[in-house]
Amino acid sequence: MRKVFGRPNALTSAPTHYCPGCTHGIIHRVVAEVIDELGVLDRTIGIAPVGCAVLAYDYFNCDMIEASHGRAPAVATGVKRVLPDRVVFTYQGDGDLASIGMGEIVHAAARGENITVIFVNNTVYGMTGGQMAPTTVPGQRTTTSQSGRDISTAGYPIKVCELLATLGGAAYIARVSTTSPANVARAKRAVKKAFQTQLAGDGFAMVEFLSSCPTTWGMTPREALKWIDEHLEPYFPLGEFVSRGRAS
Amino acid sequence: MHEELIVAGFGGQGVLVTGQLLAYAGMLEGKKVSWIPSYGPEMRGGTANCSVVISSGEIASPLVNEPTSIIIMNKPSLRRFEPLLVPGGLLVYDCSIIDVTPERNDIETVAVEANRIADGLGELKVANMVLLGAYLARTGVVSPEAVIESLSKVLPPRRHHLIPLNKSALEAGLVIS
Amino acid sequence: MGEKVLMKGNEALAEAAIRAGCRYFFGYPITPQNEVPEYMSRRLPEVGGVFVQAESEVAASNMIYGAACAGARVMTSSSSPGISLMQEALSYIAGAELPCVVANIVRGGPGLGGIQPAQSDYLQATKGGGHGDYHLFVFGPGSVQEIVDITMEAFEIADRYRNPVMILSDGVLGQMMEPVEFPDHYEPGNIPKPWATTGAKGRPRNIITSLELDPVKLEQHNIALAEKYKKASQELTRHEEYMTEDADVVVVAYGTTARVARAAVDRARKAGVKAGLFRPISLYPFPSGALFDLATRAGAFLTVEMSMGQMVEDVRLAVNGTRPVHFYGRAGGMIPTTREVYGEICKVVEGRV
Repeated sequence: MRKVFGRPNALTSAPTHYCPGCTHGIIHRVVAEVIDELGVLDRTIGIAPVGCAVLAYDYFNCDMIEASHGRAPAVATGVKRVLPDRVVFTYQGDGDLASIGMGEIVHAAARGENITVIFVNNTVYGMTGGQMAPTTVPGQRTTTSQSGRDISTAGYPIKVCELLATLGGAAYIARVSTTSPANVARAKRAVKKAFQTQLAGDGFAMVEFLSSCPTTWGMTPREALKWIDEHLEPYFPLGEFVSRGRAS
Repeated sequence: MHEELIVAGFGGQGVLVTGQLLAYAGMLEGKKVSWIPSYGPEMRGGTANCSVVISSGEIASPLVNEPTSIIIMNKPSLRRFEPLLVPGGLLVYDCSIIDVTPERNDIETVAVEANRIADGLGELKVANMVLLGAYLARTGVVSPEAVIESLSKVLPPRRHHLIPLNKSALEAGLVIS
Repeated sequence: MGEKVLMKGNEALAEAAIRAGCRYFFGYPITPQNEVPEYMSRRLPEVGGVFVQAESEVAASNMIYGAACAGARVMTSSSSPGISLMQEALSYIAGAELPCVVANIVRGGPGLGGIQPAQSDYLQATKGGGHGDYHLFVFGPGSVQEIVDITMEAFEIADRYRNPVMILSDGVLGQMMEPVEFPDHYEPGNIPKPWATTGAKGRPRNIITSLELDPVKLEQHNIALAEKYKKASQELTRHEEYMTEDADVVVVAYGTTARVARAAVDRARKAGVKAGLFRPISLYPFPSGALFDLATRAGAFLTVEMSMGQMVEDVRLAVNGTRPVHFYGRAGGMIPTTREVYGEICKVVEGRV
């Protein structure tokens, strides 16, 4: 019998702790498939964040480091500068990357650190129970914006791709989603480019995933995906923002 | 032999270098030495000073609160450091730019027209070396030869063309006191 | 040993690190330690190393974390307010049991404080500094040569114990020039690091984390760390005694203050006063045993610090009530003078305190 579908080598057999309908699982798989296809698993070092993906080191089947909140790009810098021939990636959420770790991500991109960043934007602090995040869209209800995000007091969501795209060190910046098989296929192509950018030594690469949090959004998984298409994508348009590496 | 010296003046007068030359020369002669600069905002265009200890024995404290000698290159520094000098201590100062005389009469004083002499040599910036020469002539803390040898160690390579001039200024100071 | 050179403490520290095999430096500017990153930025590329000026002390210390994970000899330096910002990463580094060296060129505080020398970070340095139940190993050198010797050894200790080592210096020691010698030939220790995250080729994968959600396992980790610190207290404590054999009063001081105290002891001896000096070199682990032993012969202790009284707590714990422990401190960048310390010694001897 021919095996047509299986777990990527880059994922362990540990069952994940992610909620039903959460897109972390798909994103893990996309990243893992790319690592497999590039044949770099035994020279890859991943950096896990603080947030829902804090235990990502249990799932990615390579050397892994757990960083403090927001500092994954700094930790990745330390690893990559010591081991420039290894593949180093961070896996970060929106609170981690765009709030407490904004300094680290901006400067890693500005320096053109030759690392790959997987940015999972579900517009809330999921792990801590669904508080407002730097990417929560105007009017979106969270546990700390219960009447909906009021831009007159809470300001505007941060568009990370657009912001980092202004920096000279950014070689590949793209935003994707996983709301349909076609979108997943596009997302995988972007992730592959982001790793190829690093392998080519072209500089900083990041792929932002618009992701769902059915649990804290109070929606079914299907409703949550629809909500991404209808409410997040208009605010955070999909596409490639920077693609200037040799790998592109 | 135990000398605790403070060199003081304006930033840019070679205050720190003067102290470093003494410390380096002392080290070359096998003595124990230490050098500490004042640091911080006061360095930026304001007054500068450094403390040098040269001793035949172990140096306990490198900090100089009661100097045995002071080399003074501007008026504010004279006012600040003259009272600290131990009784019988040595004050060497540039009388061509300090228009007041020292107040104490329980110390030894050597007035040197360092700025004027340096001007005569064609470079005001070597006034510190004239004072250093006068100080060495009086104290013999280190040999002039050791100071000359230290010039190439202490001055950055881009200033090495000024070594002969520094040497001349040192020699001009040596014959004063 | 090689040729004697006259070097600033901060530059000697940087050169010593390079001689000890440190090839990675991540830092951020702050006075009075800037000579260290400046020297590193110039020298590291010459020896095939990497210097990165980070965007903050927070980032710099997390880069240290990453480089230590990758198995490198790595260091950073900063001064008090910057060291406060590094506490996050130091806690993670201590928790994950990674080796690195951190130099704190202490300045006066609290807050932004000043830029003049102080010893007011003693408690932060020796009692943990960040959150959680951990210690750095802390050394307080008293001369430029000792800065060199301790810095070189610090990397060995860090690797051997898998623990961050802090060098507690200050503005005086950092800016001061003294003659130093570096060893002609020095082979950095080559302690294997099978735990490093270097890519899992040919071995099971490594995970470096300080997260442990199971309290039973976290307690086991805490116990293991405590055992490591206990072992260190047997192996790493060091101190120096000067004229303590017959001393009626023993001054206890480290670093810059110990230099002043030694001059005060000399002055006291000249005046016929039996004074001595106990100089802790390791501040954590603290040389408590040696101090307790000394308490059986010394009349009284006088702790002198550039703070309002921090190490004096450890001195009192060590002496354990067997002898009086007095304190004299200057703070905010003020340095005790020889005359002041001599005066305090006389007061203790004459029973005026």
